[in-house]
Amino acid sequence: MAGEIQDPIIRVRDITVQFGTTRVLDGLNLDVKRGEILGFVGPSGAGKSVLTRTIIGLVPKVAGSIEVFGVDLDSSSTSQRRNVERRWGVLFQQGALFSSLTVGQNIQFPMREYLRVSQRLMDEITMAKLTMVGLKPEVAERFPSELSGGMIKRVALARALSLDPDLVFLDEPTSGLDPIGAGDFDELVRTLQRTLGLTVFMVTHDLDSLYTACDRIAVLGNGKIIAAGSIADMQASQHPWLRQYFHGKRARAVMG
Amino acid sequence: MSSDPKLERIAKGNALALCATGTWTASFAPVLERMVADAEKLAGSPQSIFIDVSEVAKLDTFGAWLIERLRRSLTQGTVEAQIAGLSANYSSLVDEVRRVRATPVVDSSTITISGMLEQIGRTVAGVAGTVTGLVDMLGAVLAAGVRVLIHPRSFRLTSTVHHMEQVCWRAVPIIVLITFLIGCIIAQQGIFHFRRFGADIFVVDMLGVLVLREIGVLLVAIMVAGRSGSAYTAELGSMKMREEIDALRTMGFDPIEVLVLPRMLALVLALPILAFLGAMAALYGGGLVAWLYGGVEPEAFLLRLRDAISIDHFIVGMVKAPVMAAVIGIVACVEGLAVQGSAESLGQHTTASVVKGIFFVIVMDGVFAIFFASIGM
Repeated sequence: MAGEIQDPIIRVRDITVQFGTTRVLDGLNLDVKRGEILGFVGPSGAGKSVLTRTIIGLVPKVAGSIEVFGVDLDSSSTSQRRNVERRWGVLFQQGALFSSLTVGQNIQFPMREYLRVSQRLMDEITMAKLTMVGLKPEVAERFPSELSGGMIKRVALARALSLDPDLVFLDEPTSGLDPIGAGDFDELVRTLQRTLGLTVFMVTHDLDSLYTACDRIAVLGNGKIIAAGSIADMQASQHPWLRQYFHGKRARAVMG
Repeated sequence: MSSDPKLERIAKGNALALCATGTWTASFAPVLERMVADAEKLAGSPQSIFIDVSEVAKLDTFGAWLIERLRRSLTQGTVEAQIAGLSANYSSLVDEVRRVRATPVVDSSTITISGMLEQIGRTVAGVAGTVTGLVDMLGAVLAAGVRVLIHPRSFRLTSTVHHMEQVCWRAVPIIVLITFLIGCIIAQQGIFHFRRFGADIFVVDMLGVLVLREIGVLLVAIMVAGRSGSAYTAELGSMKMREEIDALRTMGFDPIEVLVLPRMLALVLALPILAFLGAMAALYGGGLVAWLYGGVEPEAFLLRLRDAISIDHFIVGMVKAPVMAAVIGIVACVEGLAVQGSAESLGQHTTASVVKGIFFVIVMDGVFAIFFASIGM
């Protein structure tokens, strides 16, 4: 791995996660720089989602420490933790929109909880967020069950961005989208990252996303980070899985 | 790192500058909103207005939108408000926000008389829809049953046995316990009130007739509607939500045959068994109380019971059981398949399943009472 990164936004040290006797993550270290889009790849079942869920506190870890925004999440007080949670947004793989609320209410949900602002401002910000993720304002009145897969991802992103977070976790944001939709989504993430100064932690399988959207790539294998660096570093790597991943049929197709 | 946001007014010749300073982010949104509302009152002044944002330390969507909102409301007639001093970092954010068209929110929840009448009409039509839905499902289940009779290999035995275990075997303890307690209570109340007329022994007649004809089956049916009807609705409903039922259909399976028929069959077999066990538990409980509380010896109780009841009472109770089971099952499956995409809808239909199930069970009981009375059973 490259040397220590100064002032990382996420600092993961020696994380071990175990389900029963299966060790999914084994002494994993990872830093995420402020303001970058980190693409996180690895074979299916390697534990990419597990790492994401461990960082956001949904999966308990056996050992190790996690610091987000310089706050150690194990020793932090409840109010510190809430403060950290307010500053990140999460896009779940299936969207995880609240099915009994409309799209607008979904986006307003975190605002209602954390901010004391008027309904008018919440409605206007909702419109702004919908515009930002490329949806029409009318969508706000619909229920999640009336949306297409791509729209669900966009609405989920709008909800993740609801409080203007500094950090967003995207779990396979382009899976299940058509190539054009996926390309648009990458573009969108890029634009939002530039406009809002976001740091993005993106679990993905999409080679296009890696090439077009990501600043840096980290690769997970055998419960550890086996490589981290730019796309050029990945292509130069001699690791067998990486060679296959970045020089396989589909990768050649992407590179043209 | 973060400082309180401010919006200062500075007059520059015949122009007015509004200087925004500090942190314009979501955490300060309530303060910002008030300041902006204050500044919006300047609208209509003939001066040209600049909104100077060069001193803003931090800006996010909330801050950017409020500045944009201020700009829009100050732009009136020939006077155009302008944003000045925008740093390169934030210009794309402000541009992004400028594309937003704030649509006025239409409040569609006004109550009108025609709206209320419409609602009543829809409800009445909905009741008719419920009945046709039930008849539909009954027909579909019978048709699937006939198909299975013609092709017995398509019958899902494993599934039926599994549901039998869920609705029958696992329900035995709670059903026996509750009916036992109800038997005790009926006997205790009977003895308490009959004693005043010296008619203690007639409690056996009351207990026997009531339990075998009505309470046994009715109570068990109500409990099964609450216990298994709700489970059926929730199972089918969540399968519907996750498109599992559509998947079955595309693979050429009939959901009625695969999902509904085994459940219905299990329920129709289970309810008579449970009703019988329930009736026995209630008689046992009643007998126990009659002995311990009323001093009726078990031998006397049994002798009296033999005189008081005939096989007719027992048959009347047992005949009702499978019919009630069918009603509960059909209501539960119709509701389950009517679930829409949301978690709320699942909850509503599960509630409706139990409420309608119990309602129809009681209605059926009344119909049976009239029928048996007229044939003299």
